[in-house]
Amino acid sequence: MGIHQKSKSLVSRHSELSDTFYQLRVLNGQERTDADFPKFVDRIKAAGFHDGRLSPTRIDIFQLNVGKLCNQTCAHCHVDAGPDRKAENMTRETFELCLDVLARYDIPTVDITGGAPEMNPHFRWFVEECYKLGKHVIVRCNLTIIVAHKKYRDLPEFFAANGVEVVSSLPHYAALRTDSQRGDGVFDDSMEALKMLNAIGYGVTGTGLTLNLVYNPTGSFLPGNQASLESDFKSQLMRKQGVTFNNLFAITNMPISRFLDYLLETGQYENYMQSLIEAFNPGAVSSVMCRNTISVSYEGYLYDCDFNQMLDLKVAGPLTHIRDFDLQLLQNRDIVLNQHCYGCTAGAGSSCGGQVA
Amino acid sequence: MSKKHYFDPEDLKKFGNITDWQKSMGDKYFAWYSEVMKEGALTEREKSLIALAVAHAVQCPYCIDAYTATSFEKGADEAQMMEAVHVAAVIRAGSSLVFSTQMMNHAKDLTM
Ligand code: SF4
Ligand code: SF4
Repeated sequence: MGIHQKSKSLVSRHSELSDTFYQLRVLNGQERTDADFPKFVDRIKAAGFHDGRLSPTRIDIFQLNVGKLCNQTCAHCHVDAGPDRKAENMTRETFELCLDVLARYDIPTVDITGGAPEMNPHFRWFVEECYKLGKHVIVRCNLTIIVAHKKYRDLPEFFAANGVEVVSSLPHYAALRTDSQRGDGVFDDSMEALKMLNAIGYGVTGTGLTLNLVYNPTGSFLPGNQASLESDFKSQLMRKQGVTFNNLFAITNMPISRFLDYLLETGQYENYMQSLIEAFNPGAVSSVMCRNTISVSYEGYLYDCDFNQMLDLKVAGPLTHIRDFDLQLLQNRDIVLNQHCYGCTAGAGSSCGGQVA
Repeated sequence: MSKKHYFDPEDLKKFGNITDWQKSMGDKYFAWYSEVMKEGALTEREKSLIALAVAHAVQCPYCIDAYTATSFEKGADEAQMMEAVHVAAVIRAGSSLVFSTQMMNHAKDLTM
């Protein structure tokens, strides 16, 4: 048991890409590549979206990224998370500001991510407070954390007691594919954790305890059809591991952070961007997740989505911090778009809830 | 000849140009291709693995590149892909070996 780290954070490697401004320069053809890709904003303008602008529908999902600390260092991580990222963790004060907002407004879903959010010392208290407020809580759990230390082994029971929907990454039902992205040993630990979740009813029909898995490509290719991947995952995981789950979300890798580093280091950046652009689907634009989500960073800043957060593209307008949260103003903002947005509109589209079109 | 070698990966991107000199047949081929490769009684993943196996049987480097990528996209892994190639290889070998029955028949005819 136990896992081997797949890579190191960009920050600990002192990579130029740990600077978000540098990443944006790469995405816009000003560093590392001179590939001149059509601007996303022009592309959606041509597809009939009001002057290349995109606005929210209504905010249904309050997503918090509670920190960058993680027990894994996956090769593709868009958060640049890892065991070394101890400094970046949401404080109790910031969590309290979030609870104030959640109590004040009718935002039904709280989506908690990281890093491994369970490693934040205030995690359990916060989940319980959200549950008391009657919110639907989603936790993006990397699975291996459940078996990483004895203090986490009761997480399945804790999740169940608070009606948490568990969403977990499993890039493949084959150990080699999963471990090549997430680190040796991750697959075996993930299977152990899935069996613990199944044992108390998670992912089992009729229990009301939802366990969804996330598929993402383990290389520089786009995801296939979500429904057919789901049926493969279901039959293979049952056949080989005796594991069940509810739904599979197929997510496209965004060309940012460690995945961008991988693309650049392996000389595949241009081809990958080209394939995202060729797969641009105007039908996916209206369903991108930034239209019904607000994303809060561990420091309490507000973003249109977790990807904009990782590029430090804060929400447009005067109010950029949770302490100034104003639902009306935020619902009338323009979403901040850039070249990475092609990742959300390729093929059947991509969001934290999988394909959208 | 414009090049000094026969196979160039860049040529795969020009596959669509086969309609240039015979449009209606080329268009029919691409329509047939799309119909065949979409999800049906077999999944797209299964069809990609069959395509990968056939690519090895006919030893087409373009198809091997294309269906290695497509197989991953459709959710296959290395083990499935290698097993598919073994199926192609073992059937190819068997189709040679099965002719040995003719050799054996004839050998028996010729000998005492
Ligand atoms: S992808 Fe998830 S599990 Fe992997 S390093 Fe990033 S936050 Fe951790
Ligand atoms: S990357 Fe963020 S802002 Fe861009 S389309 Fe996707 S969800 Fe919206």
